[in-house]
Amino acid sequence: MATVEVTFTPLPVHVRTARLVATAVARRSGVAESLLDEVRLAVGEACSRAVEAHLRHCPGQPIRVALTDDAEQFEVVVTDAVPDAEHGMPVGTVAANGSTAVPSAVPAGFGGGSVVIDGEVPLRLPDGVGLAVIAGLADDVRVAPAGSGTSVTMSWKRRTA
Amino acid sequence: MDLKLAHSNKDGIEIVDVEGEIDVYTAPRLRELLIELVNKKNYQLVVNMEKVEFLDSTGLGVLVGGLKRVRAHDGSLDLVCTQERILKIFRITGLTKVFGIHESVDQAIAARKAEK
Repeated sequence: MATVEVTFTPLPVHVRTARLVATAVARRSGVAESLLDEVRLAVGEACSRAVEAHLRHCPGQPIRVALTDDAEQFEVVVTDAVPDAEHGMPVGTVAANGSTAVPSAVPAGFGGGSVVIDGEVPLRLPDGVGLAVIAGLADDVRVAPAGSGTSVTMSWKRRTA
Repeated sequence: MDLKLAHSNKDGIEIVDVEGEIDVYTAPRLRELLIELVNKKNYQLVVNMEKVEFLDSTGLGVLVGGLKRVRAHDGSLDLVCTQERILKIFRITGLTKVFGIHESVDQAIAARKAEK
């Protein structure tokens, strides 16, 4: 069972709330202060992706964030409800500590080609930048099917002082 | 903290002061300001991010879009940022090679004038 679970309506304004909760739980769980910014940014990226995908495909469905800490790691799972058919999504472990490659295709909301820059100022960067940022911040990242949607699992290992 | 935006002209360069959090909720406001400035023929921009507390890839997208927009008019968009936690996302995404990132507004202006 997760230590804390948050469910929120897929609106951009609530992403900040999710970030704040994640940071607070991470701090409470004893995650090193130096990692809190990384947790905050990675969770924000995952939630932004989920919100963007939900607004396109299922705006009435909530997004779920589950935060769990144990002796070895602090883990955050962001789960959306966007049907697989809408994703064209890859699954697997992504760029854990830079040891594996970021997949060539990315889930909906990670900028999968929907942003056109020509003549317009884009809102998001294309080509999986959000996923790349998460992969650069978390110790391990996994993208997997979850129910009718997709989960992004990010974890940070405990550091001994 | 919400996003606060202000802008002023210094030595012919438009300085955009950004304070607070740039994310999926607030980034559209920064985007609108950059569009407005370019539409008013301000093609030399410096975005001062010294008071930015949070920046995600949505904010990066807006900055890249602003850069693309001013470059279409042979302009420039430089950044002022010394905060490690903000600089980190530029490094992760490789955007340190795309933007001129300076330690102060005066340094950004001086660098821009030196290139002219």
